[in-house]
Amino acid sequence: MSAAQPLIGRPIERKEDYRFLTGAGQYTDDITLPQQSYGSFLRSPHAHARIRSIDTAAARAAPGVLAVFTGKDLAGIGGLPCGWLIKSIDGSPMKEPKHPVLAEDKVRHVGDQVALVVAESVAQAKAAAALIEVDYEPLPAVVDTATAVRAKSAVHDLAPDNVCYTWAIGDKSAVDAAFARAAHVTRLSIVNNRLIPNAIEPRAANAAYSRADDSYTLYVTSQNPHVERLLMTAFVLGLPEHKVRVIAPDVGGGFGSKIYLYAEETALVWAARRVGRPIKWTAERSESFLTDAHGRDHVSTAELALDRNGKFLALRVHTTANLGAYLSTFASCIPTILYATLLAGQYATPAIYCEVQAVFTNTTPVDAYRGAGRPEATYLIERTVEQAARELKIDPAELRRRNFIRSFPYASPVGLTYDTGDYEATLNRVLDIADVKGFPARKADSAKRGLLRGIGYSCYIEACGIAPSNIAGALGARAGLFEAGEIRVHPTGKVTVFTGSHSHGQGHETTFAQVVADRLGLALEDVDVQHGDTGKVLFGMGTYGSRSLAVGGTAIVKAVDKIIAKGRKIAAHLLEAGETDIEFTRGEFRVVGTDRKKAFAEVALAAYVPHNYPLDKLEPGLNENAFYDPTNFTFPAGSYVCEVEVEPDTGAVRIARFTASDDFGNVINPMIVEGQVHGGLAQGIGQALLEGCVYDSDGQLLTGSYTDYALPRAADLPSFRVDTVKGTPCTHNPLGVKGCGEAGAIGSPPAVMNAILDALAARGVTRLDMPATPYRVWQAIQAASR
Amino acid sequence: MSDLSYHRPASLAEAARLAAADPDARVIAGGQSVLPSMRLGLLAPSALIDLAGIAELSGIRSDGRTLTIGAMTTHAAVAASKDVRAPLPALARLAQGIGDGQVRNRGTVGGSVANSDPAADYPAAVLALNATIRTNARSIPADRFFTGLFATALEPGELIGTLDFPLGAQAGYAKFPQPASRFALVGVFVARTSNGVRVAVTGAGPCAFRATALEEALTRSFTTEACNGVRVASDTLSSDVHGSAEYRAHLIPVLARRAVQQILA
Repeated sequence: MSAAQPLIGRPIERKEDYRFLTGAGQYTDDITLPQQSYGSFLRSPHAHARIRSIDTAAARAAPGVLAVFTGKDLAGIGGLPCGWLIKSIDGSPMKEPKHPVLAEDKVRHVGDQVALVVAESVAQAKAAAALIEVDYEPLPAVVDTATAVRAKSAVHDLAPDNVCYTWAIGDKSAVDAAFARAAHVTRLSIVNNRLIPNAIEPRAANAAYSRADDSYTLYVTSQNPHVERLLMTAFVLGLPEHKVRVIAPDVGGGFGSKIYLYAEETALVWAARRVGRPIKWTAERSESFLTDAHGRDHVSTAELALDRNGKFLALRVHTTANLGAYLSTFASCIPTILYATLLAGQYATPAIYCEVQAVFTNTTPVDAYRGAGRPEATYLIERTVEQAARELKIDPAELRRRNFIRSFPYASPVGLTYDTGDYEATLNRVLDIADVKGFPARKADSAKRGLLRGIGYSCYIEACGIAPSNIAGALGARAGLFEAGEIRVHPTGKVTVFTGSHSHGQGHETTFAQVVADRLGLALEDVDVQHGDTGKVLFGMGTYGSRSLAVGGTAIVKAVDKIIAKGRKIAAHLLEAGETDIEFTRGEFRVVGTDRKKAFAEVALAAYVPHNYPLDKLEPGLNENAFYDPTNFTFPAGSYVCEVEVEPDTGAVRIARFTASDDFGNVINPMIVEGQVHGGLAQGIGQALLEGCVYDSDGQLLTGSYTDYALPRAADLPSFRVDTVKGTPCTHNPLGVKGCGEAGAIGSPPAVMNAILDALAARGVTRLDMPATPYRVWQAIQAASR
Repeated sequence: MSDLSYHRPASLAEAARLAAADPDARVIAGGQSVLPSMRLGLLAPSALIDLAGIAELSGIRSDGRTLTIGAMTTHAAVAASKDVRAPLPALARLAQGIGDGQVRNRGTVGGSVANSDPAADYPAAVLALNATIRTNARSIPADRFFTGLFATALEPGELIGTLDFPLGAQAGYAKFPQPASRFALVGVFVARTSNGVRVAVTGAGPCAFRATALEEALTRSFTTEACNGVRVASDTLSSDVHGSAEYRAHLIPVLARRAVQQILA
């Protein structure tokens, strides 16, 4: 074979980049169907209001308008479902108020969709929407996370105290006992700031109905088209699943925000049949700010009990998590299952207890955003550990070392079993390449320039590759969490891979092709990867939680193994040998110990032209699929070091150096992995320094455009030093991979904040929340100097 | 959808006539404020009077005593001009620090000054350098030009032709960007002339203004230390999510010191 093997482990340039870089990608908004019409949503200007009446007469009569729909028209259909049932400490199920596709009696956040106008053009639809008269009775808004429980107003009648659930994990009495005998307790209050996702491609949908065969086609910006279809057909619209095709073509970034079933595409599918025309909607950027599910938004207290040697005895956490106005698709499991189960971090803390109160507010729904629960856990642990080190005057790296988990598998007190890891290795590596020894000299140099220099660490762990479906089910998941893959070998030996994973920036078309080409001994260009279409791909749970390679990749490997197994039978027949005597290496089936062999393509041809073929024992054709349900999460981990310079005059923070050392297990494409880490670091640094979603007390979004919501730019970031250690391969998937998509966003915020707090320690600053904007840093310096 | 007329006059006089004839018309220079405002529905003019076809409004010339910049000169052109960079490098740097490349290629000096955006850069330079704003009707000294939030001394139908900057000053401009928009959260322009020091501030209040306490301190002693003791009152300054009035007041002497440093360097 022509291929240079192995392909795994090589930094191969991405197959998909030619089309992206030349503008040849096909995004949802690029698709225009015959008889295309356009939708525009009228959205609530109020955070909380009762709808007394809606008058659509003028809008209906406006030029180009085909239809106007309100909540009354959709009253017969279900609400948007939540995919995870969380139960409160007392055993009661979480409160699940209806999330209507179009507002019914009330609006509950600014941007809540009130009406859909369908017209011949976007401009006509927008102009007509402006003619709809809604008589609102404004109600007091519930906005603040920490005080939502005490608010005088209820977002939903079903939850008069605005509490969706109060959930807990861990052994409370063991934790209490450990605190009673602690030599030292570190306490801090932590806010994990609300973020707005900001994928470069706004959400979009184009829904069509065909009377000819009574079927629907939906193009949509989705990270998981099969899940989108299942939720929409089975839980909301009551449509036959097999008559609905969902296509997520090229998608320009998701970061979690495109996992969910949203109201807009649901309304479009419903309306497409009534209007009899395909309807397209593409969010304007201001709609994205108001309606893409937001991320994070926790208010927590953490208490860490230590013995006199700095050994962690117990961790006690209370978190209030803001869910926003409605339960988004996975909202309930983010601040619980994906958060509190990670609170052990890299440390052998024997007892942990965490209580989470999740509240409704009159704000945009909150759901998973790159990292989803794990950044919140990591931030809380790593800020706490660093503060403990400062209080005890122990070197922060040394304190971590004293508490690292060192034997695997490790069953944590919050329900996870880490299969493997080597935290000492990533810490040692990062201390080395970050030249931590040289820090004092750099600090002195900064001081000469009037700048305060600080250094901060973060040792993160994440649980990826979710998950075993049975465990998830026991924890409240209402869906499976496996993945599906299919290998279609063509008669010429070329291969098309169909995966239920979805690529929206991750580079699956390259990485998955490397895996398959390597296993089959083919050239990379002989393998094509297809995804994102329920009409092509057998099934899929989609891409989120850094699961694509660990779960989706494994499903593909299993299908490849079936191809090889069948190929061996065919080759045995062709080579007149026993099946057990056939070995498959480098694209060739060979009789062991001889030079008698058949190339993969010859075997493929025989399967499709079965003249000389064991038809009595074997079906013709060479096409296999596999479903893979992992037996455990994967546990990527790493150590990050950040150095900052703070201008005491202005509060401005500059990241001077940022060094990352990650253990992702085996790495298929180091260039793509490095790119993923870079992107994650940029987002994490964005959260730490720049990004903060702010509502005023009336629930108006003050940061609803790029004028006020600061995304990180190239000039805000240093040149990263990123290092992937040889690592500890995952023990329970055949590729030994763990996932890398979220690590940077998980590990970096505490490293940045710890560095800033280190820089400001001499000024007496002990409390600082993200984002550490110049204004906020200046305020902290002022407060400490009083 | 509203109807919108479009005019492209060939002279300033014709533009002024068109503007005077229709109070709902809007003059458009580079369009960097007008077009986004229209797109957001904040502005719905009956007509746009595009100044791009008026040759007399473009260009930069200098007679050695006065630098004359036509109202339709783009930020990019100001930043690149030898006639600006040699005598007033701070003004060229100011222009180079506005927005991004696209904005600098479209946005104009006259548009920025006429708009009196509270966070725009040019008004600080115009005030500190004591420029004269020449319109189709008269000459307005900088000190009487900026009157409030998006408000100037321009009468309806009155259009800026050129900005005349007296040469001979040493100047420095220090800008502290608002983290999201990169407009000036506070910008301080310091000009040192034989007649004393002028200090103008943008970003901090409803419109650009002079910081007289700093001017006095720097006129007495043109040193960075002179800025340190100056306290700026915060009561008329702006507050928003990016900074309180107190923070802005604090930044003014800090940035003045940096501008002074540029001059002394």
